[in-house]
Amino acid sequence: MHKNSQAWLFLKPYGEGYKDMSEFKKVCQLSDLINNSGVAALIENQQIALFYVENKVFALSNYDPIGQANVMSRGMVGDLKGELMVASPLQKQHYNLNTGVCMDDEAISIPTFETKIENQSVWVKL
Amino acid sequence: MKQRIVVIGNGMVGHSFLEKLIASEGFENFEVTVFGEEPRKAYDRVYLSSYFSGKTAEDLSLVKPGFYEENGIQLYLKDRVIEIDRTQKTITSESGQKVCYDKLILATGSYPFVPPITGNDRAGCLVYRTIEDLEAIKAAATNGKTGVVVGGGLLGLEAAKALKDLGLDTHVVEFAPRLMPVQLDEGGAGLLKRKIENMGVHVHVSKATQEITDGESCLNKMIFSDGESLETDIVLFSAGIRPRDDLAKQAELTIGPRGGVEVNDQCLTSDPNIYAIGECALHNGMIYGLVAPGYAMAQAVVDQLNLTSANFEGADMSTKLKLMGVDVGSIGDPHGNDESALSYVYENGPEEVYKKIVVSSDGQTLLGAVLVGDAEDFSNLLQIMLNGMALPEHPDSLILPNRDGSGSDLFGPDALPETAQLCSCYDVSKGDIIQSVEAGCCTVSDVKASTQAGTGCGGCVQLVTNVLNNELEKRGVEVNTDLCEHFSHTRQELFHICQVEEIKTFEDLIQKHGRGHGCDICKQTTGNIFASLWNSYALEPDKIPLQDTNDNYLGNMQKDGTYSVIPRVPGGEITPQKLIVLGQVATKYKLYTKVNGGQRIVLFGAQMNDLPAIWKELIDAGFESGQAYAKALRTVKSCVGSTWCRYGLDDSVTMAIDMENRYKGLRSPHKIKMGVSGCTRECAEAQAKDIGLISTEEGWNLYVCGNGGMKPRHADLFATKLTQEEVFRYVDRLLMFYIKTADRLQRTASWLDNLEGGLTYLREVVIQDSLGIGESLEDQMKDLRETYECDWKRAIASPSFTKRFRSFVNVDDKAEQLFVQERGQIRPATEQDKLNGIAVQVKEIA
Repeated sequence: MHKNSQAWLFLKPYGEGYKDMSEFKKVCQLSDLINNSGVAALIENQQIALFYVENKVFALSNYDPIGQANVMSRGMVGDLKGELMVASPLQKQHYNLNTGVCMDDEAISIPTFETKIENQSVWVKL
Repeated sequence: MKQRIVVIGNGMVGHSFLEKLIASEGFENFEVTVFGEEPRKAYDRVYLSSYFSGKTAEDLSLVKPGFYEENGIQLYLKDRVIEIDRTQKTITSESGQKVCYDKLILATGSYPFVPPITGNDRAGCLVYRTIEDLEAIKAAATNGKTGVVVGGGLLGLEAAKALKDLGLDTHVVEFAPRLMPVQLDEGGAGLLKRKIENMGVHVHVSKATQEITDGESCLNKMIFSDGESLETDIVLFSAGIRPRDDLAKQAELTIGPRGGVEVNDQCLTSDPNIYAIGECALHNGMIYGLVAPGYAMAQAVVDQLNLTSANFEGADMSTKLKLMGVDVGSIGDPHGNDESALSYVYENGPEEVYKKIVVSSDGQTLLGAVLVGDAEDFSNLLQIMLNGMALPEHPDSLILPNRDGSGSDLFGPDALPETAQLCSCYDVSKGDIIQSVEAGCCTVSDVKASTQAGTGCGGCVQLVTNVLNNELEKRGVEVNTDLCEHFSHTRQELFHICQVEEIKTFEDLIQKHGRGHGCDICKQTTGNIFASLWNSYALEPDKIPLQDTNDNYLGNMQKDGTYSVIPRVPGGEITPQKLIVLGQVATKYKLYTKVNGGQRIVLFGAQMNDLPAIWKELIDAGFESGQAYAKALRTVKSCVGSTWCRYGLDDSVTMAIDMENRYKGLRSPHKIKMGVSGCTRECAEAQAKDIGLISTEEGWNLYVCGNGGMKPRHADLFATKLTQEEVFRYVDRLLMFYIKTADRLQRTASWLDNLEGGLTYLREVVIQDSLGIGESLEDQMKDLRETYECDWKRAIASPSFTKRFRSFVNVDDKAEQLFVQERGQIRPATEQDKLNGIAVQVKEIA
């Protein structure tokens, strides 16, 4: 199997312990992001979707758990009932940008990650 | 043993009888033979005049191909029945056919009455009843300048329109002191007369024709009883109809004192084995000269043949129609023949509207109404009369204009009883609509599909919509036309707002007219509107957030997140060199190749980061984007056409290429597909497309608003015998009108379904330019055409655009996709393939 195959990710989601030990990593410049839209980043062999909305950066796993493909960064962002969301480009389910919870089926969610902006750089903590 | 049924007459009612019989449960118990005197199968006489505005005899036909063969019905055309032998129970036809019957159905219809005037058989003296009559009129018109219609009733005015369409100086001569004397009162007829005169038709009332003789400047000269005279080439008699009862007379069936085969409530004649239906039948002293009562009679007979009890209890003669472009409605008894009746009249001189209602002396019930110039209240008033609904305290409020917006609920859908018939063409009641809602229908299109309501003349669509919305509301289904929670507007409204205020960014639009941040629905709609209005480019930074992923990366995203690449191949014509390039590119980037349903070659499995390189190679080889990722024109499918085909009548390939190049890149509410067939064998399946063209010997036939997809719909014949220039003009106007008025993601088919007035209205707007917007629609289409640019050519020309296709923002690594081999090509690996870990290959592109 290849080093960053999503099949592997699918079998072994990241555990809490791994997350706690992580530190913020500098990913890119703020100017690399597109306002009100998403891009994908590869951080420690993990595909992360970064969204720049309302002067804030949101980071979610790029993997769509329903469509089963690395596409979330290509979804459209907006808000539903006041909650910021991203719509999967495959089957159009909506996910809360803050929590990763699927707004159409709360049993499903996408891992989210902490972010910060410092000196025009984007940082993500896995 | 099967029951032998013989039908005499193959007109609208006779055919309706056959259709109803076939649809009935016991059809297999019958053996059916039909005799028709005309040389062709049943056709639509109601729309006869459209024969002069482009419809062919074939278009007017009511008979589906294979109808008689598939149902085992024996049909004899051009073979008049000349004798009924009631004792032997046989009929004999002109050609000598002798057929036994168990039940005989007379559907012999009527003939036009020609007043006994000296000279009524001169050359140029004609009637208006059959397609053969129309052909005679057409022939006479080619040598003449002037035409006179004798008779100012419904049919006479239809005939006058036909003469006008033929370019003749047209007159109408009516014996009574007003037009449409049966249906209209004096005020209404007066206004109708003025309106028709304004269109250049001369109307003469209170005129009796005494004689027709040689003319000096024209073929004929009509001399009237008042001493005046009128020269004319054509004299068209339309002075009413007389029932065709000669055969019944010969068979000694009971005939009414003024003609017509007498029938009882079961439509039985004086012979218990012979029925009469339609315009030859005299029921309760009435001859019904409309098709709907004839259809009801046909149903009554079919029910009885199936051993179900059935009655024909008379029919309402209310009519609503457009006469030479003027709305006219007549309900019940508009003359107030009951002397104590009260009448209310509303007349608006400047706007040329006349309305009158007649109510009972106690003010409780509506007896009749006349509407000229504005017949919008027709269905409402008709329902009130038919259902005997109690009137409001001031009955005149029913016809007074509702200027302050109040009072519109005088008679809401709730007031109607469930038995109220909303659609008379298909006999659909309010109860039927309620049932369809209970069965899950939520939209007008759903209701149309499940009940057929509104799919005939279309006159009831507004009422059906009201009832539907009312029922939905009762069930707690909010009828909300808001696009989404961010905009309280429909797509159409947003389109107009953007156009009028020249809004070009989403921020601007949502700040002025919406709320919140937007969502996938309103953003995508807005992006689509900007593209339709301003040809805005999807990869501009402020447009990126508005694009669904297909538009955003200029490719169709497939299930594994890869994209497909579809270059434009106009008309499906491609050179061997270009085919080789497609093969080379597919090999180099390890793409799966397939010819798709629209005759285009698709390269599947392209990773996002490879798209610019792939397209660079394709564009260098002369390809351009096929916009297969967009709500836009996708393909124009064509057959081989006259260039190679033995049967092709015209060059369908060149036409398809011209169409595709003309409309390429055009953004619309939904994808658009077209087809061009070189002959009626229809190899391009043009009738399953939004726009379809079929070549005939006399030009192109244009079909509109069909589609495949989840709900397939055949396209409607829109216009015939067109030149290429006419095709372009009509399609320009139609598509632009669609783009401006359709809902979000509404295909042309459901757009047409929801268009009040349906196909007829669409023809008026597009062909007759009734709204006067034809030229501006053409200009807007021209602007879009002139600013067209290939999306991909533009994308690869700029690093800022191609940057967008990087797999990752932070590293140069490529996202990797897993594929397996199947039939010598790649396909996406399934989760199971990945779990098995076998036969999975990672694609590596140099």
